[in-house]
Amino acid sequence: MRPKLELLDQTLLKRIEVEAFQLLTAPGVRIAPCADELLSEAGATVVDGVAHIPENLARKCLASAPSEFQLFSRDGQPAVHYGGDDVHFDPGSSCLNILDRETGQARPALASDLVRLVQVTEMLPEYTAQSTAVICNDAPQDVGDWYRLLLVLLHSAKPVVTGAFSAPGLRTMLDLLTMDAGGEEALRNKPRAVFDVCPSPPLNWSEFASQNLIDLARAGVPAEIISMPMAGATAPVTLAGSVVQHAAECISGIVIHQLAGPGAPVVWGGAPSIFDMSTGMTPMGSIETAMLDVACSQVGKHFGLPTHGYLGSSDGKPIDAQGGMESGISTVLGTLAGINMISGAGMLDFLACQSVEKLVLDAETIASAQRLIRGIEPRGESLAIAMFDQTGLSGNFLKLKETRALFRAEQHFPSRVIDRGGLESGDDIHTRLRQRTDELLAAYRHSAMAPERQEALLDFARKEGGKVGLAGLPGIARDEIPAQS
Amino acid sequence: MVDETFSAMTRSIVDGAPDTAAVLAQNALRDGIAPLDAIKLGFVPGMHYVGEQFALRTMFLPDMMASAEAMRAAMGVLEKELTKSGASRPSEGVVVLGTVKGDIHAIGKALVGTILTAHGFRVYDLGVDVSPDKFAMQARELQADIVGLSALLTTTMKQQRTVVETLEREGMRAHVKVMVGGAPVTRAWAEEIGADGFGKDAISALAVARALLNGKLIIAAGQP
Repeated sequence: MRPKLELLDQTLLKRIEVEAFQLLTAPGVRIAPCADELLSEAGATVVDGVAHIPENLARKCLASAPSEFQLFSRDGQPAVHYGGDDVHFDPGSSCLNILDRETGQARPALASDLVRLVQVTEMLPEYTAQSTAVICNDAPQDVGDWYRLLLVLLHSAKPVVTGAFSAPGLRTMLDLLTMDAGGEEALRNKPRAVFDVCPSPPLNWSEFASQNLIDLARAGVPAEIISMPMAGATAPVTLAGSVVQHAAECISGIVIHQLAGPGAPVVWGGAPSIFDMSTGMTPMGSIETAMLDVACSQVGKHFGLPTHGYLGSSDGKPIDAQGGMESGISTVLGTLAGINMISGAGMLDFLACQSVEKLVLDAETIASAQRLIRGIEPRGESLAIAMFDQTGLSGNFLKLKETRALFRAEQHFPSRVIDRGGLESGDDIHTRLRQRTDELLAAYRHSAMAPERQEALLDFARKEGGKVGLAGLPGIARDEIPAQS
Repeated sequence: MVDETFSAMTRSIVDGAPDTAAVLAQNALRDGIAPLDAIKLGFVPGMHYVGEQFALRTMFLPDMMASAEAMRAAMGVLEKELTKSGASRPSEGVVVLGTVKGDIHAIGKALVGTILTAHGFRVYDLGVDVSPDKFAMQARELQADIVGLSALLTTTMKQQRTVVETLEREGMRAHVKVMVGGAPVTRAWAEEIGADGFGKDAISALAVARALLNGKLIIAAGQP
């Protein structure tokens, strides 16, 4: 039996559903002019920029959204299945700072930091997707969104969780992905990326977010709705109330999206959190934040949609016991909930800082959580009797052929990051994380891009970047991009 | 008797009871209590108490918001009288506050505005998605002592730098202090963009604003 965590009973789930549909009719949802016509023609009433969406329209759009889809790796293989209770992880995204491994302090992230993050992520099987994890502070602000994607596409073959910072930014990013895929149809048939699109709480789809939903639906590239109710500040203080708001924001996004492109892939996702009443901060590592993610995902599953959550991060600044506790708990809970894509690994300090070493540590947590959901299985006709028949009371199970045949399936083996004894030196966790990071970077390989495709991407980047004063291509040295073997 | 009146005023702020605070203010005027005494001896000590309890984590932001609301109600009554008599409540300073361009997050800025207002600053809230030029224009027009810049997103906090640059270009930097805040904002960032002060939360923003107007440079003085 696979263990599963649900926090809402059927009665509460039903009430959440009912109130979410109520919110969509009154007070309704603030939308941008670009979505006005789509909604009006479909039967919503739009008054002064606020759409009142009837339940039947909302249900129709929920029904046209696919219950599952795949993201593909660069070589066209399905690599991330969004749907059912599959659980995948990607690093937390769009961070401004990186934890400097030498000083242990946060500093603005550079293109070279993103490259290192991508390389480590590429080598860790716990991350089935990459993310555009940091903003490169050595690239101009105007290339901020697509430059990250360029670096990921050049250094990784895995699928990518990403997002645009503006409507034109999305178009540039879709251009890059089209080149990477070898054409628009190829991108539509085998999308490699999913784009986060964020409504503003409460119940507001900005011009840029609305346009992103529409453009993504029309391009057939998956959209991931990131609803971010802050319980007690921009959303009801009760967890249940915030789950209602999250549902209404997701449903309204899906309505805009599905009206623009019926059947286009879309994810019920989010980064909900509580608002800490003593500090005014949004603790991503709090237990209530994890509870919100678990409950929101349950609602998404109830509607038969792929889900996403934002867990596994810590609010502490260094990599420490608080980080282990917060990331450990929320990763396990999200995994038990069967959230399809869990973003947040590597993140510290309220999502303000990304860390390569923490990403390496979080991979250990993820591997343990994945072991957990494989559950406890009976193996063989008897559970213990057949083995006792052989050992009697001698206690010598180590020599049994069953032991040798089954231990790999039963036990997960963490890397040397985790102290299970047997470490020759007395190295602390920080040293062990640095060592493991170095090993991963030294071992970094990925299937390289076809040279002509790579040249096309680089030419495009020089041309687009040149328009806004991008000098050279930070993070892209000839020798840093793996040559095709 | 007067002492009891003052302690009732203090209580109304601590309780976050705007109606009671307004009635007490009206009664004070009726009974001939000087408006400035009512403010200084009655209502302000309540706000101070709330600030202390907040730091001790026995009172929380919703309590603080309610107290600020009560303070506003009392001040609404008393300031009218002060204006009539030609006096005005001594302001701690003029603050122009807003969330930077491209960012529509209002809550952090609203908290800062509430707390500064409650502590005697004249706060002009420009709202959200405010352009650098608007910050500069309003700061000039209102003769602001401080410009407060809020940003919640890593993608929009860079606008804080743009505002600082705009103020410099407009030749205003010598006259106006800049304080920055928001979830992704750090002291190092404030320093990097040449801001004068950084508050990690709304409460520290109050201390920052006060220190700025005493001519202290928070970053230089307060670097851990």
